[in-house]
Amino acid sequence: MTRRSSIASALALALAALAAVAAPAALHAQQNEPLRIEITEGVIEPIPMALPRLQASPETAVLAEEVRRVIVADLEGSGIVRIIDEAAYLTGGGAVDARPDLENWRVINAEALGVSEAAFDSDGRLAVRFQLWDVFRGEPLGDGVAVRAAPGDARRIGHRIADQIHLALTGEPGYFDSRVAFVAETGPKNARVKRLAVMDYDGANVRYLTDGSSLALTPRFSPDGRRIVYLSYATGQPKAVILDLGSGASEVLGSFPAMSFSPRFSPDGSRVVMSLASGGNTDLYSMSLATRQLARLTSGPGIETAPSYSPDGAQIVFESDAGGSQQLYVMPSAGGSAQRISFGEGRYGTPVWSPRGDLIAFTKILGGRFHVGVMRTDGSNERLLTASFLDEAPTWSPNGRALMFFRETPGPQGASAVWRVDASGRNLRRVSTPGAASDPSWSPLLP
Amino acid sequence: MTLMKPIAALMLAVLLAACAQEAPEEAAAPVAPAVGSPLDPASIEFFRAEVGDRVLFATDSSRLDAVAQATLGRQAAWLLDNPARNATIEGHADERGTREYNLALGARRAAAVRAFLVAEGVPAARLRTVTFGKERPESLCSNESCWSQNRRGVTVMATAPTS
Repeated sequence: MTRRSSIASALALALAALAAVAAPAALHAQQNEPLRIEITEGVIEPIPMALPRLQASPETAVLAEEVRRVIVADLEGSGIVRIIDEAAYLTGGGAVDARPDLENWRVINAEALGVSEAAFDSDGRLAVRFQLWDVFRGEPLGDGVAVRAAPGDARRIGHRIADQIHLALTGEPGYFDSRVAFVAETGPKNARVKRLAVMDYDGANVRYLTDGSSLALTPRFSPDGRRIVYLSYATGQPKAVILDLGSGASEVLGSFPAMSFSPRFSPDGSRVVMSLASGGNTDLYSMSLATRQLARLTSGPGIETAPSYSPDGAQIVFESDAGGSQQLYVMPSAGGSAQRISFGEGRYGTPVWSPRGDLIAFTKILGGRFHVGVMRTDGSNERLLTASFLDEAPTWSPNGRALMFFRETPGPQGASAVWRVDASGRNLRRVSTPGAASDPSWSPLLP
Repeated sequence: MTLMKPIAALMLAVLLAACAQEAPEEAAAPVAPAVGSPLDPASIEFFRAEVGDRVLFATDSSRLDAVAQATLGRQAAWLLDNPARNATIEGHADERGTREYNLALGARRAAAVRAFLVAEGVPAARLRTVTFGKERPESLCSNESCWSQNRRGVTVMATAPTS
């Protein structure tokens, strides 16, 4: 693309964004359309929303406030909503079953209002009821929800309500009640300690799964969120290992002499695709978890690695240097003829197929910089979302609208951190972790 | 085996030249240019310091250049002189690649080193390989002066000789 045409397209995008900013509130109010934002690849103007404090008893007030903080952080972090400051509210939210006086919220330009109550159930669990209102239309928006959890899981109640609000406002599920597996890093650059860990998507509730006595790399969640495959050096050799989160039991996958790495589950959870390196040649294999039988998928002399299934399980995207440099290819999931899909300048690696099926995210190395980008599954419409000394290893949110990846800073004191960005390229944020962190893998929504 | 003779001859020539210039009175060590080394020629320390335990690679390459081939020739001779020693060859990459690709590249480099040593006559059963990709850099800066040192194949002797 020439400089002139990229400026022209940037201008067009900016104009479209301006139109989008001006349009929704006015149209919504004038035409009496239901409040709805379309998540597209363009710019979204956050919906102004009022979220008064939960109606709560003195016993539930502290937990209720925690639930509210989680909802606010989720929605504002997603970029779809801007929570209007409480100081502007003319009144409280009232009871969930009562009809709120929406005029009080219209005058502060809230387009959406969330009303909620917290109480303890007879069994001691925290129960939160919630209803969203379309302020200008004067109607409830989406179904009311009632979420119950142990008091220690108050944050999850907040995430689930935020997911409901996301669904009501966009027509798509959110990604808030989810977890992220990652690698927690400590120690100096030449002797890094790397431990497998999981956390809530927002960095809360970190739990370590390995003790750091050997390197653990590239965790990937199973489609049901109950297992993780990752690369372990516990045997002294790099080996793909499967870990059951419930029991804590782990097992090396297979008993072949080759080094195995880059494991990832198939969408139905029945297979793990991975790279085996033997005699310096790295090829792709898929293993049946039921029988532990290996099926060889590639056989060329090049490096074939970083495989990722399409959501329907029919295809695999992977990287190969068979054409002379690291590029992306798609092939049938049982192996066979592979089509190259990356044709831009630079090298491409770590492709991951979106759960929506529409895009492939990747790492691109160009001119000494690392980028996270997305392209259509045929390689068209490539867009780079980030740039730094080292941005690597994207993972999709469960709804396919956001990505996490890790960013490492240069030099002897360089360190990794997990970041999040919308697939549109907007809303780049660092994810809070207790220390340095890399190799994020976003789970499906929790059951 | 065909590679062995010219390399051994070349080394001998280098050795003799070095001896002629620097230590004409001392008898040549059998395998390495270690004239005057206080180290036990059968020790791992000697292997590291005098034979050379590593070779370096160009970016995204597993090709063994002339310097690397000379080093590996010395390693092979030392391994043949010390038949109780087994080794693990580590393949490493610099930080300018993605993690999985660099694991594969490290495997390729380790295999290239192993293949050379085997061609020089070292029994394959004595040589294992492992890749560390970009996980274990030795030089920590983020420019070519460090990256060139990190793109390496390192021949690591098992600490106890096996019988």
